[in-house]
Amino acid sequence: METLLDINWRLFAVVTLNGLTLASLYFIVASGFTLIFGLMRIINMAHGSIYLLGGYIGYEVGAATGNWLVALLVAGAVMALAGAALQIAIFGWMQGQDLRQALASIGISIVAADQMLAYWGGSTYQVDLPSYFSSFVSIPLAGGYSAARLLLIGLAVIVGVGLWVVLNRTRIGMLIRAGVDDRDMLEALGKNVPVIFVGVFAIGAGLAGMAGVVGGSVLSLSPGEDARYLLSSLIVVIVGGMGSIPGAAVGALLVAMAETYGLAYTPTYGVVYTFAIMVAVLAFRPQGLMGRAV
Amino acid sequence: MSTETLLAVDDLHVFYGASHVLHGVSLEAGTEPVAIVGRNGMGKTTLCKAVMGLVPARSGSIQVRGRAVTGLRPYQIARTGLGYVPQGRRVFPSLSVEEHLLLTARTRGRWTIERIYEIFPRLAERRSNGGGALSGGEQQMLAIARALLLNPSLLIMDEPTEGLAPVVVNQVTEILKAIRSEGVGLVLVEQNFAVATAVAERLLVMMNGTVALETTASALSRDEDLQRRYLGVSSHAH
Ligand SMILES: Nc1ncnc2c1ncn2[C@@H]1O[C@H](COP(=O)(O)OP(=O)(O)OP(=O)(O)O)[C@@H](O)[C@H]1O
Ligand SMILES: [Mg+2]
Repeated sequence: METLLDINWRLFAVVTLNGLTLASLYFIVASGFTLIFGLMRIINMAHGSIYLLGGYIGYEVGAATGNWLVALLVAGAVMALAGAALQIAIFGWMQGQDLRQALASIGISIVAADQMLAYWGGSTYQVDLPSYFSSFVSIPLAGGYSAARLLLIGLAVIVGVGLWVVLNRTRIGMLIRAGVDDRDMLEALGKNVPVIFVGVFAIGAGLAGMAGVVGGSVLSLSPGEDARYLLSSLIVVIVGGMGSIPGAAVGALLVAMAETYGLAYTPTYGVVYTFAIMVAVLAFRPQGLMGRAV
Repeated sequence: MSTETLLAVDDLHVFYGASHVLHGVSLEAGTEPVAIVGRNGMGKTTLCKAVMGLVPARSGSIQVRGRAVTGLRPYQIARTGLGYVPQGRRVFPSLSVEEHLLLTARTRGRWTIERIYEIFPRLAERRSNGGGALSGGEQQMLAIARALLLNPSLLIMDEPTEGLAPVVVNQVTEILKAIRSEGVGLVLVEQNFAVATAVAERLLVMMNGTVALETTASALSRDEDLQRRYLGVSSHAH
């Protein structure tokens, strides 16, 4: 009896930690997605492709240099440039035409998925983490828990705090917030909104690219992950409210926890909970938990 | 009449989809204030937006201080020296009062944040409040203040007294008079006839997407027939 109770608590603690780490990854991916969505009203359906491509690039750079941090930064930088290029070359020309932008981004994601499949094939990749992250950390109740997964929580906190500081304590953050509120008015006050758009697209894509490296280190990379993280980002942003970083955090937490607890305790209905949350939010607070009504 | 032409609009046509909203608007504005009056839906806001580049012009030309701005992006047009105070105020809910002012206070000139706080003590009191937490009158003052901080040569104001309590309408009118005496050009769209005539002597009446009449405040005030015809307002009892 006593051992049974002991095992249950341990399982609960591990599942909770797994949920937290998954939420961390969802948050890093979705934070860029929600910024882009909130400011430009672009539903970037290629966001998952940026995640996966960033992961593959991180894998290649990591394999070539043996340095995980370099892999993370290079993948982030390359994806940031790719995001800026997408905004300049494609989405910028369709300003204000939300549907056209969404369709173009779907096209990009399909082409990207095929190209990645052609180049990296169907096998599963894992980015090598520095060896001290392959150890296990002792956590009360849970026992030993993977240091790599804990790293994920740390990174999400860094990204969250970093974005908060940029958005609330810097001039560029002030411009972004004003643009999320009313981009036409911001531009009519003489602010170069197209350049702000390119910058925010680069930040969002860079975060997704880095998330790909982190996800590829702690979990793994394979075809189909792009669609998975796009879907999770979409749900997180719908639940949290578009354009809101705290909303992305709350949304990521809810979605990842529901998914993880669901899979652990009621495997048959695992995915149902995520959609139940989404339906409930849409029914009672269509603008999302932290979103403003438009 | 002033000698310097700040804004010149010539034969401007604007469409929303298939609906033809501005039918060849022409007007000039200098440092002397101009009020544009006219009933609901006559195209006053559309004219302001077209000048700012927020809606595209189908044909016609817009010049700011002799420079053609048709087809430029709104930020480029604003940088030629236009300050825009939009209908409905459109302050940013996510920005504090102070941030609104910091946002636009980037140019050198006579308008500084300190001066704004002197003229609008209410904004100084509420400097850390969010834009959404302000009253209608405070929002209007903020919208005017952030446009002034661009140190524009011409201010375009779209119904700044709409929806305000009478005492606040008077405050805003006094502010507009003060701005007038600062040498800033003023194009004032205003449905409140008393405010329009108190601020500007030169009046343009818009009707069905054109400037139907150019007149003076004193002439229109005297002529109730004209008022009824163009504005649908009159002190005449039937
Ligand atoms: N975005 C839009 N799409 C389609 N039609 C529009 C749009 N905005 C305005 N209109 C129409 O264009 C015409 C002119 O509108 P506008 O807002 O310029 O008038 P206004 O003179 O400013 O009116 P008000 O005094 O009520 O502010 C109206 O018939 C209006 O219904
Ligand atoms: Mg109007």
